[in-house]
Amino acid sequence: MNFVVNKSDLKVVGSRPVRPDGVDKVTGRAQFGADMALPGMLIGRIKRSPHPHARIVSIDTSKALALPGVKAVVTAADFPDIASEEAFVGEGPMNFRDLSRNCMARDKVLYEGHAVAAVAAISDAAAEAALDAIAVEYEVLPHVIDAEAAMAADAPLLHADLFTAGMEPKPTAPSNVAKRVHFGLGDIAAGFAAAEVVVEGRYTTQAVHQAYIEPHACIASANADGQSVIYGSSQGHFMVRAYVAKLLGMDMSNIRVVPLEIGGGFGGKTVVYLEPLALQLSRKTGRPVKMVMTREEVFRATGPTSGGTVEVKIGAKKDGTITAAQARLVFQAGAYGGSPVGAAAMCAFACYDVANVDVEGFDVVSNRPKVAAYRAPGAPIAAFAVEGAMDDLARKLDMDPIALREKNGAKAGTKAAYGPTFPDIGFLQVLAAAKAHPHYSAPLGPNQGRGVAVGFWFNIGGESSASVFVNEDGTVNVVSGSPDIGGSRASMAMMAAEVLGVPVESVRPIVADTAAIGFTGVTGGSRVTYATGMATVQAAEKVVEQLKQRAALIWDISPDAVDWKDGEAVPAGANAGGFDPLPLAAIALKAAKTGGPITAEVSINAQGAGPGFGAHICDVEVDPETGYTTILRYTAVQDVGRAIHPSYVEGQIQGGAVQGIGWALNEEYVYDGKGMLQNPGFLDYRVPVASDLPMIEPVLVEVPNKRHPFGVRGVGEVPIVPPMGAVGNAIRAAIGQRMHDLPMSPPRIRAALSK
Amino acid sequence: MSRHHVTATVNGEPAEFLCDSQNSLLDALRNELRLTGTKEGCGSGDCGACSVIVDGRLVCSCLMLAVEAEGKTIQTIEGLADGDRLHPLQRKFLEHAALQCGFCTPGFLVAAKALLDHNPDPTETEARFWLAGNLCRCTGYDKIIRAVMDAAAEMRQEAAA
Ligand code: FES
Ligand code: FES
Repeated sequence: MNFVVNKSDLKVVGSRPVRPDGVDKVTGRAQFGADMALPGMLIGRIKRSPHPHARIVSIDTSKALALPGVKAVVTAADFPDIASEEAFVGEGPMNFRDLSRNCMARDKVLYEGHAVAAVAAISDAAAEAALDAIAVEYEVLPHVIDAEAAMAADAPLLHADLFTAGMEPKPTAPSNVAKRVHFGLGDIAAGFAAAEVVVEGRYTTQAVHQAYIEPHACIASANADGQSVIYGSSQGHFMVRAYVAKLLGMDMSNIRVVPLEIGGGFGGKTVVYLEPLALQLSRKTGRPVKMVMTREEVFRATGPTSGGTVEVKIGAKKDGTITAAQARLVFQAGAYGGSPVGAAAMCAFACYDVANVDVEGFDVVSNRPKVAAYRAPGAPIAAFAVEGAMDDLARKLDMDPIALREKNGAKAGTKAAYGPTFPDIGFLQVLAAAKAHPHYSAPLGPNQGRGVAVGFWFNIGGESSASVFVNEDGTVNVVSGSPDIGGSRASMAMMAAEVLGVPVESVRPIVADTAAIGFTGVTGGSRVTYATGMATVQAAEKVVEQLKQRAALIWDISPDAVDWKDGEAVPAGANAGGFDPLPLAAIALKAAKTGGPITAEVSINAQGAGPGFGAHICDVEVDPETGYTTILRYTAVQDVGRAIHPSYVEGQIQGGAVQGIGWALNEEYVYDGKGMLQNPGFLDYRVPVASDLPMIEPVLVEVPNKRHPFGVRGVGEVPIVPPMGAVGNAIRAAIGQRMHDLPMSPPRIRAALSK
Repeated sequence: MSRHHVTATVNGEPAEFLCDSQNSLLDALRNELRLTGTKEGCGSGDCGACSVIVDGRLVCSCLMLAVEAEGKTIQTIEGLADGDRLHPLQRKFLEHAALQCGFCTPGFLVAAKALLDHNPDPTETEARFWLAGNLCRCTGYDKIIRAVMDAAAEMRQEAAA
């Protein structure tokens, strides 16, 4: 059933109840990845490479194994040598061989912090001593950190068998370029020939980490008969099961993954690092093994997202009509191919209706940790460049920046350069709301500037499962397979309550393990409220059908003659008979006599996730002496389709915007000349703190997505796309100069000002 | 190497535990007393997830040695509610949706309690600077600050009544 109900008909959707898992989280009871302990548990730790690039000559574990309390050591020799195989399990393409070698280096280490061995011991101290006692002999190789340097013909080669994909003809020599993407629309040369104004620029961004506050953690417990359980926090326990089964050569039915609460992921927990090692150590020792990363390990060996270089060129008529748009993107992939350059290329001009587009992108490996998904992977990097160029264009044309975007804005029917024709989208409504917002016309003081930028993200649907159980007393449980990172239990309960017509407090949601609910993809791609929500709605609808049948049985009339209204069965009309309404609880009480338990499980592959658009307005003040940028005011407008729980939608927008502000102003991976990461901690890798920021005002525009029963669009990723452009454009307005390189830190701004 | 025996008052009750010399108070709380509401986000004093109150002072428990807890009075997140009555800060965090993943939440609540113990009527700027030692990567702080300000207002009203 697909319908978009009138907002005024909704009782639960759109309200702001307290989330069902809330009390556990404010009292410290919620169990996150590192909070569990099992009897007889060992502690697992990882030995990591001190070199950015080296051949592993030998690993001697004998001294470590001889230490008291050390129970097992594993190296690559203890894992199957996985063949190259592309997969799509997490939030992007993944090659199983690369994943396996990223978890445990084989033959070569490719970045400082790359795992070379793992130990299990009876205590932290014993595990620590074992790490020191493992002797690894390396043959150090020349390294390369910068992606453009890695593209040079004489650059140190990471993989002797890496031939650039997407090239015609196929290259004959290996290189560090894993992939080239290229697509376009129309005739780019003709587009620029028709242009009366051209702007261009070369922009760079740095690698930044997702920086979830909870480090990766899990406990794995293998039984003698092969049955295993993994407890941990991740963005998808089915993803963990799939990867671990593949990497260890096990049957999926022998691996049960139990989701614990997850302390943030933002894409960074859509892959595995610890789980295969912990389970292998558990299989070797016969005891549960707990592994928790330190913050330093999180920075050195997980995430981050790519740094990138984006060259952008836009041509337009004097009236603002864009005639041509071109971009060339070079993205760091880290040690193995798989940067989000493809997604970035697709998103680059997706906000605009342009006839002639040409986008080329390169996915380049270098001696950095393998990148992982980070909130709208790739899109913010492209948007920083494109939105900077759009700002330059507005200045050149002396046009209002929102009016320029309105003139070229994508709408229903626009053919996007990356392929599809947009369905009902809300970009123009978003721009109108931004323009009308009082922020946009508020006065500014000296050294202050205002910037505007927009952003796009596809949003996805995908595979999800959900069950709805009616309990004997008429209360309800909703079960899904989607880890809840930001309040999705609340939205599942609300959608089920809406369909069933019962108070949301009578619906209790849980997230079930891999053996207790059907397959469900990762919490990523802004898909959970959309796809798992759709499965939940459909399961609730099936339950309503059953409730109507049960009422029909009780009344002895045809099920067609029963309606469901406000949580009660009622006769469909006067002809159906004069029965008193039967509330859900009354039907539940008689379930045994009318056919047994009232339950439904639905598994779907949801299609039609509506694309999302946002527009951000940012005011800054730049201190001309120090180059320090203060964010004075920030407004984020977004088409959210329909907000199920508006507070958590606002929260996604506020959180995403602030991550983008950090990316714009402070955050970066800093390497020394030896290929060592210099800032693997929160002191030197500075994420925004409360005193850096003003309130972030979210403005929710609701253009319902007709493919979802309540009109939901994904909301989590769009808000991180515009901020770097919005901040950059605001700084441009404040200091009169374009900052092309991230982060726009005080030293950089001072340097620009003193030029 | 023999372990140290430490006696302290934790959340109003006598508590004792054994620890090694190098163990932090955070290790002792989480591993020995199994009070896992106090979180470890960094272990280096940079994230505030491990915030506890020791003899009335807000500290990062990852930076304090467990042996230093001898004779001290320690409040953790587990002691914030009065039985099943949530502290106003806890209630306001829920009402304002001031948590997403919830991992930073115990640290924020403990730090905010320490703030309001010292200063029942903070300005927004004071609250932002007091809480600057607590990282939240999910919320952008907006709803956290609102929840703290709202809880402070309610507590002042109750105190005046
Ligand atoms: S864990 Fe103590 S400050 Fe981060
Ligand atoms: S709610 Fe996730 S870190 Fe604060």
